[in-house]
Amino acid sequence: MRIAYFAWVRERMGIAEEAVELPTGIATVGDLVRWLATRDARGARAFAEPHRIRAALGGAMVGADAVIGDAEEVALFPPVTGG
Amino acid sequence: MIRVDVRPEPIDVAAELAAHDAGGHGASASFIGRVRGDDGLVELFLDHHPVLTARGLDELATQAAARWRLGALTLIHRVGAMAPGDTIVLVLASSPHRAEALAVTEYLIDRLKTDVMLWKRETFADGRAAWVEQREGDHARAERWD
Repeated sequence: MRIAYFAWVRERMGIAEEAVELPTGIATVGDLVRWLATRDARGARAFAEPHRIRAALGGAMVGADAVIGDAEEVALFPPVTGG
Repeated sequence: MIRVDVRPEPIDVAAELAAHDAGGHGASASFIGRVRGDDGLVELFLDHHPVLTARGLDELATQAAARWRLGALTLIHRVGAMAPGDTIVLVLASSPHRAEALAVTEYLIDRLKTDVMLWKRETFADGRAAWVEQREGDHARAERWD
């Protein structure tokens, strides 16, 4: 599965995207964010405040309880600020 | 005709209006969002998703077309680096009557602030750079249309 990062999440992670094998027990977007926050120092910086993280799965914005399933891409990013 | 685009190139408002208006419409409304040079801002950068940003704008256009009688719609959002005065977003909406054209324009500009994958970063003359925070008021405005 691929994780894509945007805005300050991308800056703090230092990469735009990465391919990962999800560890057993990571089922939802919220699980993924909590795992990334504990995986390494850059993840701790990017995901220290999970309530400021938004996600898109299969092309749609989703909540933290969304099940990742066999999605090809999970996008993680701050609240949007277009317009 | 519905035209939706996300692009790094400058938006030529006059050319877009001419293209939009070619069919002639009873009522046309417009919104033009420009980069403000407040507080010594020298660059506004718009980050976006290569696929989902355009899809989000398409979905908003589809929802607008289902909700109001649209004669024509142009919805263009610029991405990448911009300078003060540059056009960030252009909404042109036409309908047989003014109330619908105005409502569609307001709906689209309200919803794209909360529903579409776009992120602003401001860089100032003194070198400071910061990602713009979402404003509570933007959600309140967007939710009026639910």
